[in-house]
This record gives sequence, C-alpha cells and structure tokens, in this order.
Amino acid sequence: MSENHLMRPNRPVGFAGYGAYIPQFRLPASEVARIWTGGQGGLPIVEKAVAGLDEDVITMSIEAARNALARSGVSASEIRAVWVGSESHPYAVKPTSTVVAEAIGATPHTQAADWEFACKAGTEAIQAAIGFVGSGMANYALAIGMDTAQGRPGDALEYTAGAGGAAFLLGPAETALCSIEGSYSFATDTPDFWRRANETYPEHGERFTGEPAYFKHITTAAHSLMESTGTTPSDFRYVVFHQPNTKFPLRVGKELGFREDQIETGLLVPEIGNTYAGSAMVGLTAILDVAEAGDRILMVSYGSGAGSDAFSLQATPLLSVRRSAAPDTLSYIHRRTEIDYATYARFRGKLVTQ
Amino acid sequence: MNPSGQSRSSSNSGSAERPNGRSQVLVAGIGMTPVGEHWDVSLRNLALDAMNAAMEDAGGLRPDALYVANMLAPALSGQSHLGALLADFAGLRGIEAATVEAAGASGGVATRQAYLAVASGAVEAALVLGVEKVTDKDSGQVEAALATATDADYEAIQGVTAGAQAALLMRRYLYEHGAPQYALAGFSLVAHENAVANPNAMYRKAISLEQYSKAPMVSDPLNTFDAAPMADGAAALILTRADARQHSQSRPAVEIAGSAVATAAMAAHDLTDPLGLPAGAASVQAALARAAVQTEQIDLFELHDRFSIFAALSLEAAGFAERGGGWLLAKQAEISLNGRIPICTYGGSKARGEPGAATGIYQLAEAASQLQGRAGKNQVSEASVALVQCLGGAGATAATHVLRRVSNGI
Repeated sequence: MSENHLMRPNRPVGFAGYGAYIPQFRLPASEVARIWTGGQGGLPIVEKAVAGLDEDVITMSIEAARNALARSGVSASEIRAVWVGSESHPYAVKPTSTVVAEAIGATPHTQAADWEFACKAGTEAIQAAIGFVGSGMANYALAIGMDTAQGRPGDALEYTAGAGGAAFLLGPAETALCSIEGSYSFATDTPDFWRRANETYPEHGERFTGEPAYFKHITTAAHSLMESTGTTPSDFRYVVFHQPNTKFPLRVGKELGFREDQIETGLLVPEIGNTYAGSAMVGLTAILDVAEAGDRILMVSYGSGAGSDAFSLQATPLLSVRRSAAPDTLSYIHRRTEIDYATYARFRGKLVTQ
Repeated sequence: MNPSGQSRSSSNSGSAERPNGRSQVLVAGIGMTPVGEHWDVSLRNLALDAMNAAMEDAGGLRPDALYVANMLAPALSGQSHLGALLADFAGLRGIEAATVEAAGASGGVATRQAYLAVASGAVEAALVLGVEKVTDKDSGQVEAALATATDADYEAIQGVTAGAQAALLMRRYLYEHGAPQYALAGFSLVAHENAVANPNAMYRKAISLEQYSKAPMVSDPLNTFDAAPMADGAAALILTRADARQHSQSRPAVEIAGSAVATAAMAAHDLTDPLGLPAGAASVQAALARAAVQTEQIDLFELHDRFSIFAALSLEAAGFAERGGGWLLAKQAEISLNGRIPICTYGGSKARGEPGAATGIYQLAEAASQLQGRAGKNQVSEASVALVQCLGGAGATAATHVLRRVSNGI
C-alpha cells in the first residue's frame, strides 16, 4: 500500500540550483528572557536571525533566488514558475512572487504564485515544482521558502521566530546538482498553531504542538518515505527536519534512528532560530554546501495545521563544481551583528507609535 | 497481600449489617485510565474507559446509580449535565445519575454520596466516576477555570490562582516553623519514585534533590516540582452492599469503613489558622470514629498533594505529625512505601498526574488496590487499613474515607 503513496514524476527531476539567505542581525534568546522572565528559565536556542528595517520576504527571496540562479547557470528567462512559500508575505493581497520574478528577470512568461501552509509552504512549492518539471510542462521552476517569522512579544515563540530561508531551482535530473529520488506528503486536520486573518501574531496549542503535531507528522512522513523507497536511516549521509527549536529535530531524529552526526550539519536553529517556511530548506542548503557526490539526504518539513513533506535526495558530481558560485550558508550565519531587545522591537515594528 | 490472612485492624464484623443498621459498603470494582495528555480522547470516551474497567473489575455488575465527580467540564468542555450524558454513553440509560462538584474534593464527596446511598439501602450498587478533560484548552483558560474554586468575589477577583494560594501557605509554613528552603522536596521525590512502576502515571521518572532545587519558580517559594501537573484522567469505583457482592471474586474484599466530609472557611483570609487545615482534621476525626480505627492502625495515607505544602499540612491535620513536623516525615523517609506512613503510593497527584475532580477516585482506587494486594512493585506490605483524603481549594472542603480489608471475605 505505502508503495503507491510514493510520489515520483515520469521525468526525473532535481535541484538545478540552490541558494540561502539569512539577514545579519541576531537577537540572543537571553535578551528575550531578560525582558520577559527576568532571565529565568531554559532557552530553546542561542540566538535568532532578525530582518533589518529594509528587509522583508520579498527582498530576502530575491537574494536567495539570485544565489540559486548563480549556482545553476540557468538563465532566469527559462524559469516557468516562481513560487514563494511564507507566513510573512508583505501583502495579504498582491503576490510576493511577481515582485521576485520581476526582480530576477523571470517575467513575463512565467507562472507566479504565493504558497501558504505554515512552516511547510516552501516544501509545498517544491512538491508542485517537481510536478511542473516532472510532467514536462516546464524545464525550470523556482521554489522558495522564506520568512520573517512572527512571535507575540513575551510568547514562547518570540525566542525562536527568526528570519531567513532558501530558494531551489527545480530542473531536469540529468543536469541537476542534486537529484530527487522521490517524495511523500502526509497531511491531517490538526490545529496546533494558526494565525487568523488580520491578526498580527500566531497562536498555538502549547504542548499540543509537540506529540500529536510535529512528532506524529514528521515521523509518519519519514517512515513512509523510507518504507516506500526501501531505505533505512543508515542509507542517508544527512538528514534535515523542520527546526522550531533545538530539541525537537534532535529528538525526532533520534526516534527515527538517525545519529546526531547525520543531523547536526543541517541543524541551524541554534544560530538563526526558526525560519518557519524556510527552516528545513535553509538547513538543506548547509548540507548541500558540504555534501559529496552520491551522498543521500533526507529532508522532512513540517507545517502546522498540519502536514509534512519528505524528500529523498542524492548529491550529483555537479554539486561540488557549482556550489562555489554563490555564498555558502555558513558565511551568512557568520555575518553577524548582535542587537538588543530594544533594537529588535524597533526593527520588527513592535512599538506602536501612533 | 497479607499471606497470613490476618488483618492488623481490630474491628471487622464481616457481616452485611452494621450495628447501627446501615449496610456494610464494599468497593466491588475499580477502574483507572492512564493520566496524561489525551489529545485524541474526548471527555465521554475517557469516562467510558474508566466506567467499563470498573464494571468489568466488579464482575460485570450493573450499577443502579451513577455519581459523577467533575469540576471543569462546564468551563472547559462546554458540557454540564454529565450524569445523564455518561450514564447513557456507558449503556446505563435510565439509571439515577448526577454530577457532584466540590472542586478538588469532588471525587471524595461523590464517593460519600454513593456510600450514603448504598449504606441506606436506597441503592444496591453505585458507580462513582471521576473525570476531567483539561487539555482541550490552553493553560491560561485552565488556570482561570481552576481559580473558580477560590472565593470569586474576594479572592479570584484579586488575581488569586490555586498556585498563588498554595505559595502563600507554603511561605507562611516555612516562616512559622523555621523550615529550610527545600523542606518540602521529599514529597515530590517520593511521589516520583512511587510513580515509576505505575502504568497509569504521567511522569514515571524518579527525580533528584538537585533537580528539585533547580526547578523554575511557579510562585516563589513554590517551584514546578511543588506543583502537580493538571492532566486528563478518569477513574471509577463500584460500591455495593456486602450481601449484593458477586461471590466469584477471589481477591479480598475492601469496605468503606468510614466516610466523612467537612468544610471550612472558603477564603484563605477568613481562616483564623490558615495552616491548620480544619476541614481536613475534622473529616479525619469523623471518618476514623465511624470506622473505629486509631491513627496508629493506618497502614497508608493517600493524601492530597496537588501542591507539596498540602501534603505537609494533611499529615499534621490527620495526626501523623506534630504541628510543623509534617515536612520532617518527608525528610526522614517515613512516607516511603516501607516507611512509617506511606503516602502517594502510586505517585500521587505530583507524578501520577492531577486530574482535578477525578483525583479523589484515583486515590480510593489506588488504596483499594493496596488493601487487596494488587499493587505490585508499589505494594505496601500487609496493608489492611488505608486513609484517603482529598481537598477542595485550599482545604475549604475535605473528604476523608477509611478503607479496610475484610480479611475473611464475604
């Protein structure tokens, strides 16, 4: 039965290019604790990346898309779809994707759309792009997961809600830096985290976001994908999960049978926070920065509401040839300017001035 | 179980009729669900599991009345009228049924109502169910619902919560008795130790004094390990008259030898002696008198440990320790399974989990298991008399029962 649920296009598809973007500002979790708990309590991460005053999901998506294009060597005019998944689209009505497509030179002969599925909106776009390219409708489709994540001041999410993400250019497998062996999607109606229309900050069901939400969906998606591809954790050199905090991805990895050394390369959340729709995807870029030809990679996203997309990937010999064409993800992480809570409050528009 | 079949308690008539004309009331069956975060189980299904388990344990005995102990369903599940709802859902449509509410003492008070009904002869077999479903709402809503157990006009309106109230009592206790900062740690340590072997417990992990001392504060000086976790749970008892009991049961019979409920001033500031737990003391005295049992004959005490301070106060009010000496029992390990007066033998509210109105029923079911020798690794050796007490609010209601093993069976 599970064999039937594996998704694999007739025409093999891969990543022709990939690119990350992480803004330079960092808010230490201890700053949030200093303001809200008197410094008491455990910290879920070390620090999170914060977008500057002149940055949003559009500008950050453009940065990542340009990196992906640079690594691919593909002309932007060959792109037939620009899809941006985010929880932080600057406009409620008016696409992020058209601005991005225009900026990178992909207009006008292109599909453009914004995706929404909490923290897995970006991997939704990848799934759709696999179909677009895999069916032969297009040779290239750009899938982006990017966020300037929201967390209510004082809420547990404020420690982690970060900014950043990644762009992946989907194309034919034969010229790809990384091939996609197959994917699987698992979704249920599970209300663990949401933001209603016209609300500024999301709400969540506290501990309900753990076991019946994050863990159940990631575990099921990963198991199903491995079962239907006949693989086990030891077949993968690397694994990357959605990363809402440091503990969850480490625990779900352990429960699935992965070792810490398979997880740590893509585990960026301690340094950049939870980049929501960008979280698993930006983690994958850090893996692609170091993976060698033949290395298998498992990526499993998680979006509240809830669902997981799982992908079995394999690096090709082209990866090491092309990856230096854009800044690697670690260089973005090391480009670091620490800010205090007051600056963060100003940058993120948390001060009501009228 | 006591292999010699001897009971350490002195008074045991073994007859269905008590001298005062009331029938002897037995615990004919018990049922407990695991306490925890049952995201995928509704209030009624949780209740059904416990009711079915108790009826099965009682040899399929069909009750004539259902007493539901519940506090939070109206506020958190939008559901009142649980008597009719749950009787119907359990396949008992038509029987007498109603909800009994006395905050955290609901379980004990409902059991007393069932006990009175059976003892009077009006009801032959009664089902007592405690159920609480809290995880469908976030912690702020649960906290607000729990705060309705304080005096709404004079306490809750000022922002008092159950935890804040317990912290005030704990602060006063440490001050009055000159007890050290971690004086109450032993209660939490013993509860966690006893929960390890309890399959129904929420936290089956022992903790260390170091872990306790590093726990974040809830409301200074009360830390997270002084507070029991609110969780979902349901437990049920079947009470019958001794002469109606199924004869097929091979295990020892357990009777409710004493039952008492007392109340005290509702608001903590109205108590002349806030650390005296007057309702706790009064109900213990009444229950022991009815059972003709002395404090020294009690083999275990299932007490109310929603917050660790109540464990200390309860031990003192029940007469197991001098005033101000309750915390020393914990320090000296006298409350462990093999100690002088074992408490929280299945982990108590602290480690088994705290399912509000159901807590009193868990306590009674756990005590009955002890007296029947069904407690496995948690068995208190030769246990024949148990004292069981649950409290509502900060002790405004106290429900106390004495359970006794009937050594020669019925």
